[in-house]
Amino acid sequence: MSNILSAGSPAPDFSLHVTPDQRLSLNELRGKPVILAFYPADWSPVCGDQMALYNEILPEFQKFGAILVGVSVDGVWCHEAFAKDRHLQFPLAADFEPKGEVARAYGAYRSEVGVCERALFLIDQKGVIDWSYLSPIAINPGADGILEALENLPKKEKP
Amino acid sequence: MSKLSIAVNEDDHIQGNPTAEYSLVEYGDYECPYCGAAYPIVKRLQKHFGKRLSFVFRNFPLAQIHPWAEPAAEVAEFAGAHGKFWEMHDLLFENQLGLDEALFMNLANDLDLSTSQLQTAIANHTYRARVLADFAGGARSGVNGTPTFFVNGWRHNGSFDFDSLSESIQLARSLSR
Repeated sequence: MSNILSAGSPAPDFSLHVTPDQRLSLNELRGKPVILAFYPADWSPVCGDQMALYNEILPEFQKFGAILVGVSVDGVWCHEAFAKDRHLQFPLAADFEPKGEVARAYGAYRSEVGVCERALFLIDQKGVIDWSYLSPIAINPGADGILEALENLPKKEKP
Repeated sequence: MSKLSIAVNEDDHIQGNPTAEYSLVEYGDYECPYCGAAYPIVKRLQKHFGKRLSFVFRNFPLAQIHPWAEPAAEVAEFAGAHGKFWEMHDLLFENQLGLDEALFMNLANDLDLSTSQLQTAIANHTYRARVLADFAGGARSGVNGTPTFFVNGWRHNGSFDFDSLSESIQLARSLSR
């Protein structure tokens, strides 16, 4: 398994396509907690696959003012079809060209198979990684870790 | 490992003895085909473990992909408020492919529940808060799709076929220590 970036590291900036004509940069989201969810591929078969699940849990994330971004190496058109099919209400970023560059920067790329790891990062308001988690590839990690990290975030703000 | 954030309690719908050796909690969605497939497996597990197993069902409707899941959960809770949760739970899964308001009324009728009261409950979303509370508790517990099972409070990460679940249940005692 990969060595993903851990708490305390600055979150590497990126600018990735989220629609065929729109890019999203991490910098733009400064000031809000950002959840980055790297995942292997769109169109996973089980009910409530990770992204569809986070879509349902989105209101819980939003209670903390957090922004969720999904990242995989799938292209924008694939993301678009997937998001439309699952009614996703959050952006999916395409780490497509150069393939997996952002995932590599976060230590969350599986080069032997050419997909992202199933890895979660919570980035704080200042752009620093507050919490990260690498899940076994076949196990959907759910959202409990993210919710707990979000709950703990304000406590850490006050030194 | 993810753990149930809300322990089994008296507000739960439970089959079997709450102090049974093994506790199985399912977070499920009445419209999810995988939950439909798990439904007879749970019955088999209950038969297999008998009095040693208790079973709790909590709602986790994936409303964005299953438009009838949340209303169905409310219907089950309505039936539960009238002492017929499990009867309705079973009928909903047995009629999973035909979920709609007409079916809800027919099922209520079959269970001698008042259809006019059910209509009012659906219109006023009387049981929505309960369903959403189940959902939020599930999210906090690491529910990662439907169905998600917890055995003695720990999330079962394997598949939900009979063998994997019964193995998980048998191992539960050593895990909970």
